[in-house]
Amino acid sequence: MVSLTINGQKVEVEPEATILQAAEKLGIFIPTFCYDPQLTLVGACRMCVVEVEGMRALVASCCTPVRDGMVVHTDTERVRMAREVNLNLLLANHPLDCLTCEKNGDCRLQDYCYLYGVSESDYKGDRKDYELEDTNPFFIRDMNKCILCGLCVRTCQEVNGAAAIEIMNRGFDSKVATAFNDPLETSPCVFCGMCVDVCPVGALTPKQSIGKGRSYELDTVKTVCPYCGTGCGLELYIKNNEIVRVKGDPSSPVNRGQVCVKGHFGTDFLKNPERLKVPLIKKNGEFVESSWDEALGLVAEKLKGVKGTELAGLSSARATNEENYLFQKLLRSLGTNNIDHCARL
Amino acid sequence: MTNSIGEIEEAGTLLVIGSNTTETHPVIGYRMKMAQRKGASLIVVDPRRIDLAEHADLFLQLRPGTNEALLNGLIHVIIEEGLVDEEFVRERTEGYAEMEAAVKKYTPEYVEGITGVAADDIRQAARLYAQAENAAIFYTMGITQHSSGTNNVLAIANLAMVTGNVGKRSAGVNPLRGQNNVQGACDMGALPNVFTGYQPVDNRDAQSKFKKDWGVKLPTVPGLTVTEIIDGILDGKIKVLYVMGENPALSDANLNHVLEALDKVDFLVVQDIFLTETAARADVVLPAAAFAEKKGTFTNTERRVQLVRQAVNPPGDAWADWVILQELASRIGLKWNYRGPEEIFREIARLTPSYAGISYERLEKEGGLQWPCPDAGHPGTPYLHANQFSRGKGRFTPVEYQPPAEEPDEEYPLLLTTGRSLFHYHTGTMTRRSGAIDSFKPEELAQISREDAQKFGIGDGDLVKVTSRRGDVKVRVQVTEIVPPGVVFMTFHFHEAAVNRLTSNKVDPIAKIPEYKVCAVKLEKVAP
Repeated sequence: MVSLTINGQKVEVEPEATILQAAEKLGIFIPTFCYDPQLTLVGACRMCVVEVEGMRALVASCCTPVRDGMVVHTDTERVRMAREVNLNLLLANHPLDCLTCEKNGDCRLQDYCYLYGVSESDYKGDRKDYELEDTNPFFIRDMNKCILCGLCVRTCQEVNGAAAIEIMNRGFDSKVATAFNDPLETSPCVFCGMCVDVCPVGALTPKQSIGKGRSYELDTVKTVCPYCGTGCGLELYIKNNEIVRVKGDPSSPVNRGQVCVKGHFGTDFLKNPERLKVPLIKKNGEFVESSWDEALGLVAEKLKGVKGTELAGLSSARATNEENYLFQKLLRSLGTNNIDHCARL
Repeated sequence: MTNSIGEIEEAGTLLVIGSNTTETHPVIGYRMKMAQRKGASLIVVDPRRIDLAEHADLFLQLRPGTNEALLNGLIHVIIEEGLVDEEFVRERTEGYAEMEAAVKKYTPEYVEGITGVAADDIRQAARLYAQAENAAIFYTMGITQHSSGTNNVLAIANLAMVTGNVGKRSAGVNPLRGQNNVQGACDMGALPNVFTGYQPVDNRDAQSKFKKDWGVKLPTVPGLTVTEIIDGILDGKIKVLYVMGENPALSDANLNHVLEALDKVDFLVVQDIFLTETAARADVVLPAAAFAEKKGTFTNTERRVQLVRQAVNPPGDAWADWVILQELASRIGLKWNYRGPEEIFREIARLTPSYAGISYERLEKEGGLQWPCPDAGHPGTPYLHANQFSRGKGRFTPVEYQPPAEEPDEEYPLLLTTGRSLFHYHTGTMTRRSGAIDSFKPEELAQISREDAQKFGIGDGDLVKVTSRRGDVKVRVQVTEIVPPGVVFMTFHFHEAAVNRLTSNKVDPIAKIPEYKVCAVKLEKVAP
């Protein structure tokens, strides 16, 4: 173990830990844009800079390893000034349309500007002027808002493995793009949308969420994806009895926040107008709406009206354990083992 | 899965056979690619050049329906080259000699003749698999949906045991289950031959335990499987069919046969969230709540039981399936008084040894538990068969290659194989009604090779009629290098081009799984 001091507090960490991790252990907050513990460290955004006694320059805490006896200060005047300038530079080229931006309330750029009192930029110069990319049905890319932290690029390469995007060009012209700047639809992108979830600003917006509520108005419910057998944990964001956004649940031991296109963007079938809302009974070849009482009465009569061996049931790989349990209990209680489901299909 | 999803990244070799993982289980696909980037050897065996094949160290493109020959070939090489885990075979298994004799003739050259995979690739795959510290096999329906499906699985078990690659972390036999709760539905006894936790219905102890707990008389003979139920209807033996959340009118093999049965059955009740192709044929339709509209548990492919929580209300007067079932039970005269899913779960845990230690309280606190979890202090089981197999010793079963039931001939010159795609799911009940997804992938495209396109005078995007001995469908064509010459691939997501009108309902004699992966078809271009 290595011992160091951060803001006057002693802490012991593993020798391979970074200053950021040591600070986290003490509960000391350090702002970051480009850092994600699941991804390669790049130290690109310089938001996490801290002062280390005996070192001339400020260092990026996310990728500086600890040393025994290190003395670190995370909130000195010099550190604050560096972060302020950093934000000031980012704002020089960032639309200040927070009033309508979907990311408002959940934006790290906004949060840090609030924290460091930066409301507009002192630097006037060229501004990016990219067209909105909204040709796919899943999410919009507004590269004018991109701060080039690279989280999306690394997520696409290191988590998904699709490697559909990269940072193209240099300097002011740097832009996150597919090969040849083609639309995502013709790239290897599989629309998992994990880039959307890691974006710290409003550059990537899921279409299903637009205008559906501010992040602070939404309730979160953790549950399990309804699609394949992987069983990914999902966080459903709810407003007015509607799912307005879905994210992978980072606390799930199964998927650690990772998702695919179906779990991420495919739960809107719930509010499809074709949902069945009342029991139906076929009379003279046509479905007629009925009460539960009438429908269940009829079904009960038919189930009881035959010998067990004449009855069969197909249970559901979509329903819960509890429901599958009751289904087989019901059929077996009616005298039949003719119970199966689509495990074979 | 005998292993856990979290163990994938630490495996030395991944052998993925008959699984289009990046499309059917995308998050597991991410992990396989991560493992490969971290240094694991990735071997992909599939008739199609699937996405994962592009990431593989070794891609074996075998002819559809020749899995057991290939697997026997791998074992042959392992034995020939002295790569057998002698200690594991001696201590943990039985029947090795018979299996060894059976694979003797499966030399790489002989297997090349059956599978089309180069003999040297077979040798190299065998070495990569056998020489890894931990090697894990992953498979899905590419292995099971054959008339020889059971033999394929037995051959996989032979391969794992001969190298001692089972019963440890990151080494095992891992069927990836298709549906969110197909593992749970099996665990819960939604099968004709077992109660919960695979307790046989024809076992006296199990019978008396459930009889006593439920307070009813129980049938003692195993029932019919789904394919037998359909035949049973057509034979006049089954008169009433109750379907909860299934869509056999699109998902089952040889659909015309199934539709005939659904139309014939005296009384059909369907409980679902949409008016599916099956529900449309029902006498009574009961509207159910969907996953985010109710509480309960799902069990995933790694045997992890997880809590499902309610986020929104069901639409209109739709009810959760458990409520419907309980209301129905009371009208039949059964006295169930469950106050909610948690109380039902307590009953499941009481009657199911592998679930005995699981409770909602623990699931809430511990974020899911993997069975077997026999008591409240048990942490769950990340990987199976650590010290012994469920039956004691692992049994080698000799397996012989057996060709598919129906192969291409002069009249039907192409081989049709079926599966899923990334964007849609099963019969499309959900994804076809998801705005973004359906607008992105609105129609089926049958994949054919460049060579066949040329041979039959078909161009990319052309409309064709695909015909088998059982039916025909019209579908547009995608000319691609994903499929080899002679093979057509279609998914079963689209009712407009219901591929199961074509598939064969010839089943594996033991598992009764239809041969969705191989049947013979012909193509002809038709006017749009």
